[in-house]
Amino acid sequence: MIRLEPRQEYSWLMAVAAPVVAAVVALALAAIPLLVAGAPLGKSYAAMFGGALGSQFALAETLTRTTPLILTGLAVAVAFRARLWNIGAEGQLYAGALAAVVLGSGAIDAPSWILVPTLLLAGATAGALLMAIPTALKLRFSVDEVVTSLLLNFVVLLFVSMMLEGPLKDPMSLGWPQSESIVDAGTLPALIARTRVHAGLIIALAMAVIMQVIMSRTVWGFEIRAVGSNPSAARFAGMSTTTVMLRVGLVSGALAGLAGVGEVAGLKGYLTHDLSPGFGYSGIVVAMLAGLHPLGVVASAFFVAAVFVGADSMSRAVGVPSYIANLTVAVALLAVLVGGVLTRYRIRLQKPGARIV
Amino acid sequence: MPELPAHNHAPFALSIAGVTKRFGPLVANDAISLDLRRGEILALLGENGAGKTTLMSVLFGHYLADEGAIFVADGEGSLAPLPPGSPKAALAAGIGMVHQHFTLADNLSVLDNITLGTESLWQFWKNDRTAMARLKELQRTSGLHVDLDARVGRLSVGERQRVEILKALYRGARILILDEPTAVLTPQESDALFATLKRLTATGLSVIFISHKLNEVLAVADRVAVLRGGRKVAEIDAKSANRALLAETMVGTAVQPSVRRAHEPGATIIELKDVRAPDPRGRQALESASFAIRAGEILGIAGVAGNGQSALAALVCGLVAPTEGSVSIQGETVSRFSPRDLMQSGIGRIPEDRHHDGVVGTMKLWENLALEDIRSSECQQAGLLRRGALKDRARAAIKTFDVRGGGPETEARLLSGGNMQKVILARVLDREPRVILANQPTRGLDVGAVSFVHQRLLDARAKGAAILLMSEDLDELLALSDRVGVMYRGTLSTIRPAGEMTVRRLGLLMAGQNADLGDAA
Repeated sequence: MIRLEPRQEYSWLMAVAAPVVAAVVALALAAIPLLVAGAPLGKSYAAMFGGALGSQFALAETLTRTTPLILTGLAVAVAFRARLWNIGAEGQLYAGALAAVVLGSGAIDAPSWILVPTLLLAGATAGALLMAIPTALKLRFSVDEVVTSLLLNFVVLLFVSMMLEGPLKDPMSLGWPQSESIVDAGTLPALIARTRVHAGLIIALAMAVIMQVIMSRTVWGFEIRAVGSNPSAARFAGMSTTTVMLRVGLVSGALAGLAGVGEVAGLKGYLTHDLSPGFGYSGIVVAMLAGLHPLGVVASAFFVAAVFVGADSMSRAVGVPSYIANLTVAVALLAVLVGGVLTRYRIRLQKPGARIV
Repeated sequence: MPELPAHNHAPFALSIAGVTKRFGPLVANDAISLDLRRGEILALLGENGAGKTTLMSVLFGHYLADEGAIFVADGEGSLAPLPPGSPKAALAAGIGMVHQHFTLADNLSVLDNITLGTESLWQFWKNDRTAMARLKELQRTSGLHVDLDARVGRLSVGERQRVEILKALYRGARILILDEPTAVLTPQESDALFATLKRLTATGLSVIFISHKLNEVLAVADRVAVLRGGRKVAEIDAKSANRALLAETMVGTAVQPSVRRAHEPGATIIELKDVRAPDPRGRQALESASFAIRAGEILGIAGVAGNGQSALAALVCGLVAPTEGSVSIQGETVSRFSPRDLMQSGIGRIPEDRHHDGVVGTMKLWENLALEDIRSSECQQAGLLRRGALKDRARAAIKTFDVRGGGPETEARLLSGGNMQKVILARVLDREPRVILANQPTRGLDVGAVSFVHQRLLDARAKGAAILLMSEDLDELLALSDRVGVMYRGTLSTIRPAGEMTVRRLGLLMAGQNADLGDAA
């Protein structure tokens, strides 16, 4: 018989080690489908690591992917801390991107130091307003925000398609559904010459630090943590759970909206309806792997980005589908959930009929 | 009272031989040996954490003992070893347990609750008629009367407890374990339970009665086993025991009674006039309450759970607003009801459920101590926490209120109930509130912690606080209060001086009967 006994105190070291072990386990388990597909293991892993981290170009690609994942990861982490289940980071990302494109593709004629902050602010606001809907519905009518925030993703994506086919369609795009490009003054500058890494990475890292400070050092973070882990005690102590939740919803949506601005203004230049390969959903994995810690989000976003970039190059090298990346990331999530149980509980094996004398 | 002749020589029903149970470095049960005879009521007395529940969990197969064995008498009376770690085997051997928190399905009938789990899954039709007949017979012999067709959700707490006992008997229990059975009963219901137990033991049932209430133990038990710190420290014949002896054995040192000095109360601090209010779930629960508490006065409120006390407490906490009537504090009518508004008007609140409302388990002690005034300038500056100052404040509070088991950086969930309560007391009393609501302030605490809490409340009274005390422990209520009132069906009775009240009179009022001072026994 297997029993789980709660540990009295779990160490800080274990809390850090668990996700690392989970990541390694997930990478190791990727060997099974690789073997089934008949790919040579050594070459596959080499291609994966090489493709993600092996050269300056590879590393730059990984960092480019890391940027939106940090922001969506932070969006999910702050919401989940308050037990606000925001599954809608994908939609909020598109809302942010849409706002940036509307204002940034010629509507405003301003120098860069005005236009870039304006676009960032607009994108953040759009994301925040979008997340305000499920949050308000939850607070006012107890509607499950998992459902509403998830379904809003599809609403937003269809709305983006409609705009791209209509008012926002670039007349020079030869019929492709894409928006006009962001003007030069609104573009986030590249960080490293001849790579796609852009200033969005700095913004994402700054946000991670800011969120860490907010969560651990401010009254806001204090209230978010209290409301998230014991809402009735927080209410009893005089905190307004409604205000805290609404605030969290707005911050969470704004962070995901920023991810969208970064993708259009830093990377693509224009908006298409396949701007994000699921950054919003991957943000959930990133946040969970990070144990909802803002600084941990940076590391786990880098890991998830590396797996995706590495799997792409592995797929080119040995001819296995790049879906292996999705699989690895999913296994990593499962492994970290199991790991979370093991850091909090200790497994005891007992023989069913063990004799005591 | 009926008693088996020479029950001291009755055959053994149960023998616990040298049971030791360790949890890591903690020894919860240290080589405990205990015998139970047929037809005997054995009280298991001890403070929280003394090892009572662990021992019973070992007996019932929820835990595996590290050492020792358990023997149970079979139908013929010869002792056979009980297979360890198997609740099924314990049930089959005739051990029945009635937990403190009942395990009944509210939406099923009494009959269904009792037969639940006793019939084969492969059987198509329930054999209700046979079950009914057996239960009627059981009720006749035991005196456990309750309508078998009634839905459990509509029964009173006392009736539910009877259902639990019937359930155990129906499954053939020869040994009945009752875990703190009177915690939820009025004194009269407790007396009825004791009478039932006497009647059942006369038919040969053996009972283990877990309690930390001395009066009850003396009233019902034949023999008392006292546990302290995981060891059995004494086994006393109930006839030769008294309260003081039991208390001292249980705690290990002589217990100092709290000092309560008579003094003349001051001006009225808080006044409620004809207040009606819903409980936090929105049901109209408080029908009518009027009272005034003066400075330096403790008003005690008694009542069986579910008679409107929770609505009264929620109102004073600021969790609900009154639908009628008025609340005033120092002459000013309270117009806005929220926890923050009421705290600002000078009310300190000790919540009924300290895990649920009192502390945030995953937050540290310094954070929990700052939970209520985190927005004050003492705690923050421009939205940034003054962590250093808060930790210093926590260190001081931990020292003054003698919180053991951790420092400012310890997570609150790791504290014992008593120490958690001290953290809440520190948070509430440090600000010297003019009004204190103490709702079940000593529930689940051991004797040492109880006297600490009592002394702190009396100190606050001496300093001029107006205290509203709600407690299920009537001895506590009468010992601390200046005046007492009883809640029944949402209405607060006439408030009387505590000196004119007895536990018995309170019990009658709690049951809704008129306890006119003249004809009370």
